[in-house]
Amino acid sequence: MSVNPFNPPVRVVETDILVVGGGMAGCGAVFEAKYWCRGKCRVTLVEKANLEKSGAVGMGLSATNLGEFTEDPEDPKPEEFVKYVRNEYFGIVREDLVYDIARHMTSTIKLLDMWGLPLWRDPKTGKFLRSGRWQHTIHGESYKAIVAEPCRKSADEVYERVVAVFPLLDEAVPNRIAGVVGFHVRDGTMYVFKAKAVIVTAGGGSLIYRPRATSEGIGRVWYPTWASASAYGLTLLAGAEAVEMCSRLVVVRFKDGYGPVGYPYLLFKMRSTDVYGKTWEPLPDEARAEYRKLYGKYADARPTPTLLRVLTTIRNWKEGRGPDIMQTQEKLKTEEDIHILFEDYLDMSPTQAILWAAQNIHPEKRPSELMATEPYVQGSHATPGGMWASGPPDIAPPEYKWGPNRMLTVEGLFGAGDTVGVSGHKFSSGSIAEGRIAGKSAVRYVLTKAKDYRPTVSKDTIERYREMLYRPMAWYELNRPLTTTPEVPKQMTNWFEIHPNYLNWFQLLNRLMKTMDEYAAGWSAGYVTNMYLLNRAWELLKMLEEDFNCCAGAASLHELLRVWEFYHRLITAQAVVFSMMNRKETRYPGYYINADYPQLDEKNWHVFLLVRRDPKTGEWSWRTVPVIHFVP
Amino acid sequence: MPTFVYSALCKGCGKCVDICPADNMQFNPRTRKAYNADPVSCSECLNCVKYCPEHAVDVRSYADFMPLGARVGVVRDTKKNVIYWRLMFRDGTIRDFAVPIRTTPWGSAKGALDFAERADLDSELLCCEDNPEFLGFKELPRPKELKYFTGPEFSV
Repeated sequence: MSVNPFNPPVRVVETDILVVGGGMAGCGAVFEAKYWCRGKCRVTLVEKANLEKSGAVGMGLSATNLGEFTEDPEDPKPEEFVKYVRNEYFGIVREDLVYDIARHMTSTIKLLDMWGLPLWRDPKTGKFLRSGRWQHTIHGESYKAIVAEPCRKSADEVYERVVAVFPLLDEAVPNRIAGVVGFHVRDGTMYVFKAKAVIVTAGGGSLIYRPRATSEGIGRVWYPTWASASAYGLTLLAGAEAVEMCSRLVVVRFKDGYGPVGYPYLLFKMRSTDVYGKTWEPLPDEARAEYRKLYGKYADARPTPTLLRVLTTIRNWKEGRGPDIMQTQEKLKTEEDIHILFEDYLDMSPTQAILWAAQNIHPEKRPSELMATEPYVQGSHATPGGMWASGPPDIAPPEYKWGPNRMLTVEGLFGAGDTVGVSGHKFSSGSIAEGRIAGKSAVRYVLTKAKDYRPTVSKDTIERYREMLYRPMAWYELNRPLTTTPEVPKQMTNWFEIHPNYLNWFQLLNRLMKTMDEYAAGWSAGYVTNMYLLNRAWELLKMLEEDFNCCAGAASLHELLRVWEFYHRLITAQAVVFSMMNRKETRYPGYYINADYPQLDEKNWHVFLLVRRDPKTGEWSWRTVPVIHFVP
Repeated sequence: MPTFVYSALCKGCGKCVDICPADNMQFNPRTRKAYNADPVSCSECLNCVKYCPEHAVDVRSYADFMPLGARVGVVRDTKKNVIYWRLMFRDGTIRDFAVPIRTTPWGSAKGALDFAERADLDSELLCCEDNPEFLGFKELPRPKELKYFTGPEFSV
């Protein structure tokens, strides 16, 4: 189906709590919000795909990477987890947020068990098995579908295939969210959602940096293609502050297939080497000694911080010893071992299993290459990037409490999952827990402080967004007859069309990915940048934004979706570059090195760096906030 | 490319179009069949393959790094709650796998309103956490002492 871009239909939905993005955090938020709302408030979910298989876990997952914390002496405690995450980010962490997630994990895991997630159990004790200190192994092909079911039952309304594009700001109260606008990607209806509280639980960003793969293989980024950085695009556009956006995630994965390495390292205790057979994981003492000189005590943290493990793989690759190689054959001794390894990938990243089959790699016989990925922007994994959120009332220091738990720096706008920064290592299960925390917090907010709030959004504003949202389609229609390039079926992008007046989403995206890769420390630049390169990146991104504003074209609703996904990536990329320009040290050496400031500078930079885009002017500003610790 | 639809097998039911997380699978009204309209955005999650009742959707993996010849077959049985995989290597080796996908019947998960109502909206306890077994602790953990400090003076 298509739509007349010059006169699209409009549907207005009014609710109390709007959850944007139905992934792990969104499902947790809907469930918990409805639990406390009951008949007193309405909970509405908007999701751009099908709830059953949407979000980063849409293709399955083989572990709940954050598991139970309990009184049992063998189980981890929240303080211990805070220390671990703090080491991972070289100290730049919101301990209150991390602690808060840990203490709500047991109930989250027990709900997953109750709903039907196949968690592996110890047959003797009945406890959930762990592959490492924090994670439980699962048969997770249907992880997302299982979590989606109670979410769908809990929500008052679920709008699927509706993509949220712009935040709506209140016109009577400054810095106050009033809702979001978007459109239905199948029938083209414009949706205006008005709410007392908006919880953004959208995804982080893949395809902001040029992937290592080319042509059709660019779909095989480690973080799925549909993760379009809306977690940051939507909230930055509302004027919310983001934190540590410079820390784009780089992970070591099996080369090309991008199968995760959790099972190999943690469950099978495999080692990885360089091409000459020297072991680099576990990290050798001489490498640790060198890192100690460069990065101080963080080099002695156990487990070795991801930042340093990634740096090791990158250095081996750059210095001619790479790629690193996972010595799978040393540990796969039985048919059961082999089955467990293949199941792991078929359940969450089937391309890895297909790659082994296609290249005749039998991992019980021969090892496999590893590689550092292109950078991603996200907040739930081993990176602290994301939005700046208010903390839990009973733990957070006063400086981190300007509103209800998980409210961002815009009144009424909440976040969870990839949205909330400096609280990573929550992964899928921690994102559900954080969604639940935000859900309850938002209910308390709409039933007390925001009880009498009514969104003020003028007809003119809605009309302005209606024109803006569909402009790429209208622009395409107006300009299309100009060239002789033959047309292709509407839903397909015409890769071959060269047009003087418009750029399609793929052309825009390629410019973004190339700019970020070469100027802002992507893989082809060896994950290194400097102030000259960053200033150029900033200039080129501004031009890209101008080109987007004048000339983005979309032939179909599918392309319109891709165009707006691109826009969220672009705004996020600006936050990344602006953040990199202003953190004048190298805090995250495995993710990038600023050659002008290659040192870790604890004296001046043991602080959070916040960036903000003014929603009226589009101007960016930054400030620093002290990191306040409480775990000794 | 990444996933594709055999024209002889597709009956145009639209299940792949309905499930695709990337909005890649599209319905062609002229042929009344589905197709992958956006292969560069295909993550090979294989949901279209799993959800096709006709087994009409298959994968020819990424041309830029996958030699031809591997095959993957998958049946996701939501009655028995098992997913069956067959992986064929380029060299002809075949591996079969059968893996559980869920421990409870589809449709049986309890939604929010199926849990007993509580009045403590002001507490930090979430749903079910009034039960210490669900909480994992006798009461909600809080740091032993909240002595805030700034700067990097902490142990790793």
